[in-house]
Amino acid sequence: MRTIRFLLQKEFTQIFRNKPIMGMMMIVPIVQLLILPLAANYEVKNINLAVVDHDHSTYSQKLVSNITASGYFRLISFGNSYSKAYQLIESDQADLILEIPPDFERNLIRDNKQKVLIAVNAINGTKANLGGAYLNTIIRNYNEDIRMQFVQNEKKSPIPLIEIKPVNWFNPLMNYNLFMVPGILAILVTMIGSYLTALNIVKEKEVGTIEQINVTPIKKHHFILGKLIPFWVLGLLVFSLGLSISFIVYGIIPLGSLLLLYEFVALYLLSVLGLGLLISTYCETQQQAMFIAFFFVMIFILMGGLFTSVESMPPWAKIVAKLNPVTYMIEVMRMIVLKGSGFNDILPHLVKVLLFALFFNSWAVWNYKKTS
Amino acid sequence: MKETVIKTEKLTKKFGNFIAANAVSFEVKKGEIFGFLGANGAGKTTAMRMLCGLSTPTSGKAQIVGYDIYKQTNLIKKNIGYMSQKFSLYEDLTVVENIRFFAGIYGLSNQDIKDKSAHLIETLGMQNESKKRVGTLPPGWKQKISFSVALLHEPKIVFLDEPTGGVDPLVRRQFWDLIYAAADKGITIFISTHYMDEAEYCNRISIMVDGSIKALDTPVHLKHQFNAKNMDEVFYELARGAKRRE
Repeated sequence: MRTIRFLLQKEFTQIFRNKPIMGMMMIVPIVQLLILPLAANYEVKNINLAVVDHDHSTYSQKLVSNITASGYFRLISFGNSYSKAYQLIESDQADLILEIPPDFERNLIRDNKQKVLIAVNAINGTKANLGGAYLNTIIRNYNEDIRMQFVQNEKKSPIPLIEIKPVNWFNPLMNYNLFMVPGILAILVTMIGSYLTALNIVKEKEVGTIEQINVTPIKKHHFILGKLIPFWVLGLLVFSLGLSISFIVYGIIPLGSLLLLYEFVALYLLSVLGLGLLISTYCETQQQAMFIAFFFVMIFILMGGLFTSVESMPPWAKIVAKLNPVTYMIEVMRMIVLKGSGFNDILPHLVKVLLFALFFNSWAVWNYKKTS
Repeated sequence: MKETVIKTEKLTKKFGNFIAANAVSFEVKKGEIFGFLGANGAGKTTAMRMLCGLSTPTSGKAQIVGYDIYKQTNLIKKNIGYMSQKFSLYEDLTVVENIRFFAGIYGLSNQDIKDKSAHLIETLGMQNESKKRVGTLPPGWKQKISFSVALLHEPKIVFLDEPTGGVDPLVRRQFWDLIYAAADKGITIFISTHYMDEAEYCNRISIMVDGSIKALDTPVHLKHQFNAKNMDEVFYELARGAKRRE
């Protein structure tokens, strides 16, 4: 125990003297939490729309004004030539073309039926999909309005229509921040845990101080604990900082137990620290460690369901996501913070993260050699 | 007859097909200053790392202060000090913090740590530098602190791997004063070096060529044996035949 005390004292002194690292540990959570949730937003606004109106009727005018009034679209051209509108798509000025055919009004009223064309620039997939979907909804609503008028005017029985009224559980206002912030907290903890641990140990290899440690009678597990504990503590500190920021800035208060949240994060940190340790045992220079850690953390984050939900991934990708500790961390963060899940709900995740922690750490300890 | 503190028999280390140290056998007595010479790549560092328990030999036997090099490495490590050619203190810690850390992990008591660091700083005349970070000190100072730190836990043997590389002649002279002082206390000094004048300071020296020891005796006897005026000539005579080059 006494040995570990000396190791911890040394480690903390070094970390607190490392001004750039200390600064980054404060800045990273602040910047990530302030910028990412606001910028990385799925809600698409400012979709550039080109309207080709061959009808020039009251009805077509009304449709266009309904669309522009929604606030999602920016009308950049209004004309009667499809090829001109298409040129706008080609030059990337327009994202969508809405073509209203001639006799739009007449057919709509007389035949009770009409078609419009929507052409989508699918280069930006998300924007195209969502833009198309928004436009569909607006046209459908418009369609219903018109039906209502007919029904009143002509006293016909209304055609039964299934209307979908969604209720958004756990996030009633579909507040995007509420979804992103817990995920970003998960990423923060992952980065601090894996990068800093890996780099710290490899730095000792690079400078040569590890040689001096290896000729001492110090036990392997003492040395490793002396390295893991400081970053475990730092990880929890940064997590608390992030949690405070998300409360102050976004007013997010975890619905579930704060204690449970910390228990999970504490365990999760052990698994990412283990990953960092494992990487360090395979690297000789900080450059190698940085590159390898970056590779894994990037894959883990992209496959962890932060931006794209794991449920909608193809089967093989789901397997990758299941072998990824970050997936469980993001899920549990959202479960506890948004749903108020309890211990029994997150137990399966807890077990998996524990297994990851055991796996990474035992592999790292096995591969860490004091002698060559 | 003084007791034997290092005894190796046909100690060998192979890296794949490459034999870094080939059947190295020698003995070192207590309190001796034993010089370990050889050209770059001759296998000095490999041999020294095996003796310190940093590297496991491929074959052969060795005993360090009576402990077996394969099975009792932890007991060996308690009884040896080591200072490598790479500077091995923490540059972002102060002199006192470095002393405290290394003394602490060798298991010295708090009282011991206090007394020893006070004594060490006084001996080195570093009262003004003790609170400075090691990284800000000149190389000569660092070398002296390194050596003193390697002696903190009162080891029986100190291994010095090219300790005086890159320091000026004056500091080297001072460094050797520290070495003699340690040897006078009965500490065995095992030192590798490229400086032939330093070789003359040793009680006995061995010269390694291509992984094997080609000569081992006192400097006076070696000069006589090779009919040479100085150690430079002895070394040149032996190293000339080396096939390995770095």
